[in-house]
Amino acid sequence: MTAAAPEPKANMGHPVPRYDAAAKVTGRATYASDMPLDNPAYAFLVTSAIAKGRIDGFDLDDARQVRGVIDIVTHENAPKLKESKLFSNGGYAGTTIQPLKSADVAHDGQIIAVVIAESYEAAREAANRVKVSYTAVAPSASFESPGTTTTAAKGQNAQFKEDPEVGDFAKAFDAAEVKLTASYDTPTQHHNPMELFTTSCAWMGDNLVIYEGSQYVYGLKNGVAEQLGIDADKVRVVNPYVGGGFGSRGSMTPRTAIIAGIAKRLNRPIKLVPTRDQGFTIATYRAETRHEIRLGAGRDGKLVALRHDGAEVSSRPDAYCVGGTKTTTRLYACPNVASLVSIVRADRNTPGFMRSPPEVPYLFALESAMDELAVKLNMDPVELRRINDTTVEPIGGKPYTSRSLMACFDEAARAFGWSQRSPQPKSMSDGDWLIGYGCAATCYPTQMAPSAARVRLQRDGRTRVEIAGHEIGTGAYTVIAQTAAERLGVPLEKVAVFLGDSDLPPAPVAGGSNSTASTCSAVMMVCDRIRQRLFKAVTPSDSLADKAKETVGISQAPSTQAAQSDRPLDIEKAFDALGVGIVEEYGEWKPEGAPLDSFTAMHSGHARLVGGHQMKDRIAYAFGAEFVEVRVNRFTHEIRCPRLVGAFAAGRIMNPRTARSQLMGGLIWGMSSALLEATEIDERNARYVNDNLADYLVPVNADVPGVEVILLSEQDDHINPAGVKGLGELANVGTNAAICNAIYHATGQRIRKLPVRLENIEA
Amino acid sequence: MRSFSYQRATDPDMAVQALSAAATANNPLTKATAQPLAGGTTLIDLMKLDVMRPAAIVDINPLARSWSAIEPGSDGLRLGALAKMSDVAAHAEIQRNYPVIANSLKLAASAQLRNMATLGGNVMQRTRCSYFRDVSYENCNKRNPGSGCAAMDGVNRMHAVLGTSDQCIATYPGDFAQALIALDAVVEITGRSGTRSLPFADLHKAPGTTPEIETTLRPGELISAFSIPGRWPRSVYLKARDRQSYEFALSSAAVALDVQDGTIRDARVALGGVATVPWRAREAEALLKGQKFDDGLAQRVADAAFADAKGRRHNSFKIALGKRVVARALQQAVTMEI
Ligand SMILES: Cc1cc2nc3c(=O)[nH]c(=O)nc-3n(C[C@H](O)[C@H](O)[C@H](O)COP(=O)(O)OP(=O)(O)OC[C@H]3O[C@@H](n4cnc5c(N)ncnc54)[C@H](O)[C@@H]3O)c2cc1C
Ligand code: SF4
Repeated sequence: MTAAAPEPKANMGHPVPRYDAAAKVTGRATYASDMPLDNPAYAFLVTSAIAKGRIDGFDLDDARQVRGVIDIVTHENAPKLKESKLFSNGGYAGTTIQPLKSADVAHDGQIIAVVIAESYEAAREAANRVKVSYTAVAPSASFESPGTTTTAAKGQNAQFKEDPEVGDFAKAFDAAEVKLTASYDTPTQHHNPMELFTTSCAWMGDNLVIYEGSQYVYGLKNGVAEQLGIDADKVRVVNPYVGGGFGSRGSMTPRTAIIAGIAKRLNRPIKLVPTRDQGFTIATYRAETRHEIRLGAGRDGKLVALRHDGAEVSSRPDAYCVGGTKTTTRLYACPNVASLVSIVRADRNTPGFMRSPPEVPYLFALESAMDELAVKLNMDPVELRRINDTTVEPIGGKPYTSRSLMACFDEAARAFGWSQRSPQPKSMSDGDWLIGYGCAATCYPTQMAPSAARVRLQRDGRTRVEIAGHEIGTGAYTVIAQTAAERLGVPLEKVAVFLGDSDLPPAPVAGGSNSTASTCSAVMMVCDRIRQRLFKAVTPSDSLADKAKETVGISQAPSTQAAQSDRPLDIEKAFDALGVGIVEEYGEWKPEGAPLDSFTAMHSGHARLVGGHQMKDRIAYAFGAEFVEVRVNRFTHEIRCPRLVGAFAAGRIMNPRTARSQLMGGLIWGMSSALLEATEIDERNARYVNDNLADYLVPVNADVPGVEVILLSEQDDHINPAGVKGLGELANVGTNAAICNAIYHATGQRIRKLPVRLENIEA
Repeated sequence: MRSFSYQRATDPDMAVQALSAAATANNPLTKATAQPLAGGTTLIDLMKLDVMRPAAIVDINPLARSWSAIEPGSDGLRLGALAKMSDVAAHAEIQRNYPVIANSLKLAASAQLRNMATLGGNVMQRTRCSYFRDVSYENCNKRNPGSGCAAMDGVNRMHAVLGTSDQCIATYPGDFAQALIALDAVVEITGRSGTRSLPFADLHKAPGTTPEIETTLRPGELISAFSIPGRWPRSVYLKARDRQSYEFALSSAAVALDVQDGTIRDARVALGGVATVPWRAREAEALLKGQKFDDGLAQRVADAAFADAKGRRHNSFKIALGKRVVARALQQAVTMEI
């Protein structure tokens, strides 16, 4: 075993290498824009240079002069498209702002024209020559700008139903022995997945094929069909590999239906490759947020009152919000809790999911405040968490299905060397560098959604698994192959997995860290049906053993005695008894508590995620603890983070290698979010300024010399048959606070606004 | 990208001819219709962004045969303009006798860029001002003379505090140029009428009222070499930046000292990341000459270096930062083992 392939502990699968590793490192993996098209035309977008106002007109003469230009599409001649509702309101779209519909401009970088040409270069040159005249109106950029409107989130957004509260916060806070009130800010961030927001569309008669990196091929297929006004069965979305998603490809963006419409009209396949900077405005982003936290505690450290008020920016038409109070009000034992989430409308594109959407900003606030409270109490911050640890969430009084928060703190603290920390701020240093240690809790809800799968087994053991899941770099191919191999008892090398194609059985959106739990539960169920058929063929039907086997796959517990005793099945014998060459099963799985319309919704591209705090009698979360060392240069105030250590418990770990990789990526992203990433907005014109990877900083290797991931063994029989809590969005949640807490320890300065840069450290 | 012609120049005359043929008298060099192509890491980038729109590209890489030599001598160093950043940074004698040069190159950009980029192209690199690099902004005096300056009251964290004008506050972003200006380098320029020499300090021009004019180089002229008089084993390049690697300076200092028996005989201080052009802090360094070093002196030098600095909304921090960087670089230079 190596660092990259940790030794499996109890309730962990094998750290087998990635199913798609060789294809990826040799360049054989075909991403959406690698798909060959027959005689394609190339599209290049023209985007708005103002954030609000109207287009008075275009001067296209110069652009049309460019050799190879085929067409220039503007609102004056664009294909007519139908509207789609916002994803979080039951639709498919990431924004309801539909470009090319009218002369109106609603945000910076809105698509205002599409140039089609014989080559990419010609399309780009012509796009550069498109002249636009506008009547600009002064836009509202963000929180500080005049002209925004603020309203409570509750009731505006179907996904944000309540502001959690319990007890009497005001009274308890008033009476608390120790009080803390503090405000925190997080910035605008962009996902910047490596793969650009490309789209290729090709029609064959009435049938449309879309090649596009997507985290939800069923959503995209149905959404585009809705916008085009055609039958969803005529649309197919294909993307066997996705070059990173991080939430940015979870909902439909306007570009896809536009390109499909133009391709139809021109009767020619069209390939769109937008630029990196266009990616900042034609897709979604994490909006800036503001928080006020109030904590009241006794001298013993027990929380008696907690209030979390959050404000988030959204666009004028859409009430997108992440509402992380659902998590922060339930994390610690506290009898008196209040909260309020508001949405501030500005002249911006609609924000959207970005890795751990609610938890990243909201836990930054809470976990920073917990550290501040620990300082006020003169208490070790780990002990403060221990004192307030709970097995029951305080709002609804529901028990956690499992919760290894303190076990994670203890493991990570040991590995990190927390005991070496001298608690006084500014008390540790090494030459030019002040040293700080900090920690924070991390958590993410366990979510599941209905999923289907088709599995085909041949007499020689070769297996084919088909499911319209998504390989966004997480290891979906690998864990699905492992699941099928294990359930069918066939060698891993014999399993072929097909993902990323909406002609395959539906899988949910690859979001909310639900994919492994959902798809693997479906694959397990379908594999078990195949086993039952095979067993029936070779076992006398009245035997007791058979009765036990009948229950395999329906049972919530995957490794019952009965299931284990099934193991030695001679597949060839069973096939001969059945008298067939192939056994194939299709099945649809849904989690406990899924709504009645789950399966219909699944086929029409609506994911019905359940879990987290929305389970009936319980609450399900994965937990972890993160410890960081920061170094702050005495002279330059440069801030570096030489060590990140995280311990995580997330139910069954399907593959310690891919799990570690996800968690490591999360820790690194968390560090990036704390110290580097921010989209700068020019508040005069509500435009993004650093919309490229040279100016939007992300870490380089030299910034992350030490990252350690510890996987804790945890078994949870109350969540899903696979026993899996998602972990893709677990690790980047706590890091922001851990780093600010460490900066406080290094310098004595509490910084409540992200990202922290050298100018934020005072002399 | 607009259409352009591409020509490979196999000897200096051919390059100069090709570049001069297209030159028109009233076009500043930055807007010249013909541009030389070295590593291309600035030029191609800006062409893709539609910021630079040359009609002709003259590839000077074949001249590397004669223009990429690294020649350390007893009385100085000569560097060919087409030497790669990575080769110069890795050269043992340069690391020993000119650490400020080696480190200014090593701490710049990324390994991949340093393998492509040349010294000549490096000193000619253009500002990273986001408004300059985004043609959807009309108002950029450097790109669009007379149109105003979007950065002045916009997002200007990365911008300059020294050498600014009310027309432009764009930072000169390079690192290597600070080492050159500190060490009194001389630029060798090849043009139609042969070669001429110019103090490196006279190569770049502060924005003043003509931010579109960045250097005194004329269309049709090429930098062929740099020469650096003397040896400067006691020299450092200190660079403060947001990332540990692959990032431009928020503030940097190139410092070279000649210390004998505890007395500073000669001192050079140049500043990066804070000025519109490669910046020599002559008044500040004068304070050092003939003195014994102590922290108080370092502080006075740092204060003098930024005496005329003017901050704007997001970049004022660079004044205090720059002073600490200068003071620390001086301390490092004094205490370094040579
Ligand atoms: C992401 C990124 C990060 C970077 N970070 C840093 C950094 O931290 N520090 C730093 O110093 N630099 C940095 N750079 C800039 C980089 O060092 C320069 O782009 C590079 O040195 C330019 O050299 P080149 O040979 O590629 O020039 P080219 O792109 O070929 O040319 C640049 C300009 O100089 C002209 N030119 C080229 N050669 C000559 C010559 N011999 N005579 C006259 N004119 C000539 C060209 O016409 C062009 O206008 C970075 C660049 C990038 C893209
Ligand atoms: S600072 Fe200079 S380069 Fe930047 S916008 Fe202003 S004029 Fe243009």
